[in-house]
Amino acid sequence: MSTTQSAGVQPDAGERTPVLHLADITRVHGQGAAEVQALRGIDLRVYPGELVAVMGPSGSGKSTLLTLAGGLDTPSSGEVLVEGVVLGGLSRKRLAQVRRRSIGYVFQDYNLIPALTAAENIALPRELDGVSSRSARREALVALEELGIAELADRFPDDMSGGQQQRVAIARALIGDRRLVLADEPTGALDSTTGEAVLAVLRARCDAGAAGVMVTHEARHAAWADRVIFLRDGRMVDETVSQDAASLLVTSATNSAKGTE
Amino acid sequence: MSIRHGLLALLDQGPRYGYQLRIEFEARTGATWPLNVGQVYTTLGRLERDGLVAPHGEDEEGHLFYAVTDAGRAELRSWFETPVPRNSPPRDELAIKLAMAVTVPGVDVAAVVQSQRRHSMKALQDYTRLKGQALNGDTGRQDDLAWLLVLEQLIFQTEAEIRWLDHCETRLATYRPGSPSSEPAPSAERRSAGPKRRSQL
Repeated sequence: MSTTQSAGVQPDAGERTPVLHLADITRVHGQGAAEVQALRGIDLRVYPGELVAVMGPSGSGKSTLLTLAGGLDTPSSGEVLVEGVVLGGLSRKRLAQVRRRSIGYVFQDYNLIPALTAAENIALPRELDGVSSRSARREALVALEELGIAELADRFPDDMSGGQQQRVAIARALIGDRRLVLADEPTGALDSTTGEAVLAVLRARCDAGAAGVMVTHEARHAAWADRVIFLRDGRMVDETVSQDAASLLVTSATNSAKGTE
Repeated sequence: MSIRHGLLALLDQGPRYGYQLRIEFEARTGATWPLNVGQVYTTLGRLERDGLVAPHGEDEEGHLFYAVTDAGRAELRSWFETPVPRNSPPRDELAIKLAMAVTVPGVDVAAVVQSQRRHSMKALQDYTRLKGQALNGDTGRQDDLAWLLVLEQLIFQTEAEIRWLDHCETRLATYRPGSPSSEPAPSAERRSAGPKRRSQL
């Protein structure tokens, strides 16, 4: 596994451009008495090679954070930057292009198009981007292979289980050279071994240079990330950074030696 | 921790000497519970006293070998067949700490919970990283499967602790002494935990 690249511990972090930067984001839903502060003063930078997990109770702002990062919602104040581009300043057309080319998004409810096969669903963003159907299909088959579901290529979403649809949705998010992968509960419908395989794919994509943000309520899955941030009432209340892998064995041996009677 | 039965299980595969037993024990458990060679010899002495192992000669380098006896084999079988007792839970420092924290005036219990969760989450990340290495087979260990099972036990245990800490936080925020609403009906609780549970199975 590659070394951790965390904003908190990298001395040169200031010189690199984060793939995702949520710059002092606030998001307010509703007005007056019904006003809800979904996010308050969030500042988050995610660098190439980094996978960040977002945890927190229901209603803490996890999903709002992800939709803002994906350009699917706009902040009430603050800016969202993807690869240094301020999303708020873009035309609708240009924003759609950034979403298609730079951002892979795994929706909690998959959002597959029922009239298209798995391979067609996955190839769609590439075709919209002007890639020939033949190349797009080839890429889609590679993505399906990566997720261990090559045999689903010509099946329609209705003929797949929830877990299969979820993996197709993940393949769609990973296709092409997306630098930012956002995933809302990507292991939700999967059994623990399959969920793990999906996390391994996400992890590998980040180790290869992408930046990832994953919302999850399961600590065991969040633990695949380099950083875990905790939200409560729209605020970031805590953050953990995993350490360098090489020092782990020593530490775990030392800790348990202390605990041994 | 049953070093006794661990050593019997290793000796069941053929005679071994003390240092060898230590190395093999640690290879299977990833040095999660490091043994010093003194513990190994003390345990071997007790096993011999109880008739479960017997000396089995010396090699030219002076290593003293031990072999399992029939009584030792029977003891080992019975260990595998008997569940590990759960009716006298081992002392848990964290549970004791929180039980004390809620009764000692002036302790910021929420802060205790949060700092423990941060610590446990980090441990969970570290174990997961080690697991990634074990899955890729790049640990250079011969006993990757045994080590993987031990690591996953640590992962599930740490996860359970984090879930419990989350629960403690909610409990702290909602608990009103004597108020029936502070104790939701078990069925309601189970229902609300349903979707989370399912994805874990």
